[in-house]
Parts: sequence; structure tokens; C-alpha cells
Amino acid sequence: MLDALTLVTGVAALLLAAWCGWAASRDQPTKDWHFIGMAVVSLLAVVQLVIGIVLLARGEKPEQGTTIFVAYLLGAFACVPAAGFMSLAERTRWGSVTVSAGGIVLAVLEVRLYDIWGG
Amino acid sequence: MTSVQEKPARTRLISGPGMLLVWFYGVMVVGAVSRSVFQIATGFDRAPLAYSLSAVAGVVYGFITYSLVRGGETARKAAQVCCAAELAGVLIVGTWTLVDKSAFPDATVWSDYGMGYVFIPVLLPLSALYWLRRNRTVTQ
Repeated sequence: MLDALTLVTGVAALLLAAWCGWAASRDQPTKDWHFIGMAVVSLLAVVQLVIGIVLLARGEKPEQGTTIFVAYLLGAFACVPAAGFMSLAERTRWGSVTVSAGGIVLAVLEVRLYDIWGG
Repeated sequence: MTSVQEKPARTRLISGPGMLLVWFYGVMVVGAVSRSVFQIATGFDRAPLAYSLSAVAGVVYGFITYSLVRGGETARKAAQVCCAAELAGVLIVGTWTLVDKSAFPDATVWSDYGMGYVFIPVLLPLSALYWLRRNRTVTQ
């Protein structure tokens, strides 16, 4: 369950990165559609956070420790919204590059989460 | 985020590519600080040198992030010094971990020139130094 969601979130993060990277390559700032994309990816991260906590509450143990698992869940949750706010403050192509970088960072976090959970 | 108040005299260091730098520095702050806090709290004796170095790296990253966001000539110079120190740190610690592996039972942020972080620790100070140099205020 969690593994499937980790995979989906990781892929969605990469798609977001590619999409915003494309916008940046055409010298465009992030637009409404990009923010909807960010919202979708953020929603996946929220669902992942909730499911992760529920699994912990039911007594399951991540392979590499509960603290690290929760820390990475929180990091994954904060990642894209933080980049999104920064792109609001920077209305040029560089805002798009920042969100793109945010997507890549989230994808890396998802790979780490997969390992930490022990899938 | 848009309501950042700035005195007109202060050089803005976060416009354009600067925003991307702030993002990466922010990520490294979270990465280095949370990692070292966790490691120091749970098993400092296992690799005291490595964990302390990660903590120092986290503090340096935090200061550079703050300087970039603050802007202005003084902050720019301070950030420049810290980026140079950061670069020196990555190079020294990176070489050290390769030469004498026994000194580091566990990895630091700067081990093997930051390979565990896709070499961002070594690329970041280089691009930051370039960015800060380009933004110096020309004084007559």
C-alpha cells in the first residue's frame, strides 16, 4: 500500500519536474496549471504522510527506524509547497526552475522513503 | 511571500537564479541539520568527528541561506566568505574521507565530495560564488 503510493508520488514528482522544466526552457513563469499540478503532488504527499502515520500507529515498524521515517515523510510533505511559494515570489523562468528542482528533490526523498520503509 | 520588505539600497540576491540557490541551500540546511541532530542525539560516540562536521556544515548552510535572503553588500560579502569556507570544507573533508577512511566510521554530508548528495555540496558553493561575484555593488 505504502510502496505503491511512494512509487506514484515519485513518478508524479518527476512529471512535475519535467513540466516545470519545460516551462523554464520556454522562458515562462509558473502558471495556474502548474500550481494545480503542484497541488496534486502535494496532496499525494499528504496522503502518504497520513497513511505512514496510520501504519506506525497500527504497530508496523520501518526497517531503518521510526524517527527517520517520520522526518522523511514530513520533508516530502513540505518539499513541493515550499518550492511553490518560492516560485510565487519569483515570477520569471527561475521560479519554474525552482519548482522543477523541488520535484527532483521530492523524487529523491521518495526513493529514500522506499528504502527506509524496507519495501 | 510577496510581502518581503526591502530597503531600496539593498542589493537583492534572490532574484532570478538566486531563488534557485536559496532553494538548494534550504534543502541542504534541512538535510544537514536534521541528519546531524538525529545522529548526535542517538549515537554521538559512534562517529563524533563525522557528526560534528555535519552539524558545522548545517550551520554554514543556514548562514548562507539567511545572507542570500537578507541581501545587501555586507550580507553578500559574508556569504562569499562562507561559500569559500564551504568549498574548502567539501574539498578537505572529501579528500580526508578518501585518504583516511578509519577517521570516519559513518558518512558526513561532505564525504567523498558530497557523492551521497549527487555532488550538490561541491557544485553549490561554486555556483553561489559565481552568482555573488556577479552581484557585487560597483563602488567608484
